[in-house]
Amino acid sequence: MKLAVPAKAVPYLEVAPLAIVLLLFFVIPMAMVFVASFFDYNMTGIIKTFTLHNYIDLLTTPTTFDLYLETVKFALIVWAVTLVLGFFVAYFLAFHVRNPLIAIGLLLLCTVPFWTSNIIRMISWIPLLGKYGVFNRALLALGIVDKPVQWLLFSDFAVIVAYVHLFTLFMIVPIFNSMARIDKSLVEAAVDGGANRFRVMTEVIIPLSKTGITLGSIFVITLVMGDFFVVKIMSGGRSASVVMSVFEDVNLLFYPPAAASAVVLLIIVTLIVSFILRVVDVRKELTG
Amino acid sequence: MAYMTDRRPWTFYVLAAVFALFVVFLYGPMACIYILSFQGPNGGLTFPLNGTSLYWFGALFHQQRTGDIAGAFARSIPLAIIVLTLTVVFSLAAGLAFRRRFIGAGLIFYIAIASLIVPGLVLSVGTGLGFQLLDIPPRWYSSALGAHLSWTLPFGLLIMFAVFSRLNRSYEEAARDLGATTWQTLRHVVIPIVLPGIIGVALFGFTLSYDEFPRSWLTVGPYNTLPLEIWAMTTNITSPALYALGTVTTAISFVVIVVALTSIALIQSQRTRRRIARERAMQAGS
Repeated sequence: MKLAVPAKAVPYLEVAPLAIVLLLFFVIPMAMVFVASFFDYNMTGIIKTFTLHNYIDLLTTPTTFDLYLETVKFALIVWAVTLVLGFFVAYFLAFHVRNPLIAIGLLLLCTVPFWTSNIIRMISWIPLLGKYGVFNRALLALGIVDKPVQWLLFSDFAVIVAYVHLFTLFMIVPIFNSMARIDKSLVEAAVDGGANRFRVMTEVIIPLSKTGITLGSIFVITLVMGDFFVVKIMSGGRSASVVMSVFEDVNLLFYPPAAASAVVLLIIVTLIVSFILRVVDVRKELTG
Repeated sequence: MAYMTDRRPWTFYVLAAVFALFVVFLYGPMACIYILSFQGPNGGLTFPLNGTSLYWFGALFHQQRTGDIAGAFARSIPLAIIVLTLTVVFSLAAGLAFRRRFIGAGLIFYIAIASLIVPGLVLSVGTGLGFQLLDIPPRWYSSALGAHLSWTLPFGLLIMFAVFSRLNRSYEEAARDLGATTWQTLRHVVIPIVLPGIIGVALFGFTLSYDEFPRSWLTVGPYNTLPLEIWAMTTNITSPALYALGTVTTAISFVVIVVALTSIALIQSQRTRRRIARERAMQAGS
């Protein structure tokens, strides 16, 4: 059987299913959020009249600024920790493990938890960090403290531990991918030219891993800024995030103000991502 | 220096220790809840173990207050399989499209990336609102399916980019020179070569859907999928039943991961064996 499709139309037909799904289930829902952010509402539901009240309320509430500060604070701390940890794990796998099959095997070992439930991985810290958890028992038994440490669970510390646990992989994989492409003879040349370990790192490896570092940073920052359940459970209600406020508004069926804060968040995240993307052309790197 | 001599530098040992600690950090907590899920009926949420039993696994499926766990599994697994299938077909097709130039390629690429990084909960709100305004009741097999695809397709597309960037076009040209049609080239040349990548896409499709909570939140309708049941339990159940659910759901994920990774490994080792056999035959011939 011969299909009578002109060659020029083929790529359009091939990309159509993906494009249609993204249009229906990404572009239109996002447009819905945007439109709803200008609607009015009351206790019974959405009122379809144009208003700027949601934005005015959002931008004049003093807690909004604190909420963003809190979210950005978590994003920056987690970014710094996952960057250092992810960089050295990737560096170990790419440059110190000599057998490439073993390197891939160890990378997969880091990846497997990503394919399991985030919520389960998060709650698995509870028996460790709790008031009578593993760490507190160990500290008591060793005589380091004489009563259980309270700040381990339901605190900013617990939130950061859970984020690092969940998201470091998003740094490791792209950085490893960049490092695996570095020609080892460049390192040899640098060493022959008299560079020490530190200069090889700062002048060869870090510049050539830039794409991976950029992609990993985008992933981690957007994941933290888009999170709500880690903050909700691990802080025990002591901290909040922007998306968590969206979650609570929707639970009260206050869709329009939830939509307005989602729009503001998306604008801020887009600004951060486009700022990062100015550093490097990721698309060229991914497709080329 | 390090990379050339046989003796390992001190940095190797430091980094090996960092890596080992990182693996313990990744798996240690998970191992704890698997162990704790086998507690006796009087067990609590933390160590020490109070006897061992399968009590909490039974409680999971037979107690009223834990919700409809069996029903949640019966929805989450078919949903994940549908998402897997559509993700593989749509990303493979789109990956093929992106090998040529077409109008809108850049736009679709950026929409896919945006869909990947937009907070899942915001997407859930938008999809939920859309169905509400159109007066279509949200269901796991309609709205949630779409919401999951908006998350798995960008992953699938990126994996296909990585796979196709390594695919040598001369294989397809050779097939076409020998008279193969476009369809035959795809079916008998391209798909077999990129099969490990396709299995990778399938693995992402299944697991990302099976574990997805934020995008499912306002899109599943009246019947919960598994992550929503887990979420409900984290907020109101304080018994090891929660850990038992964690163990069961992770066991299913592990089965899927092992099947996927083993099939990739088998395909690769078969290829290596064939290549070695071919090289030997060539040496014997020369």
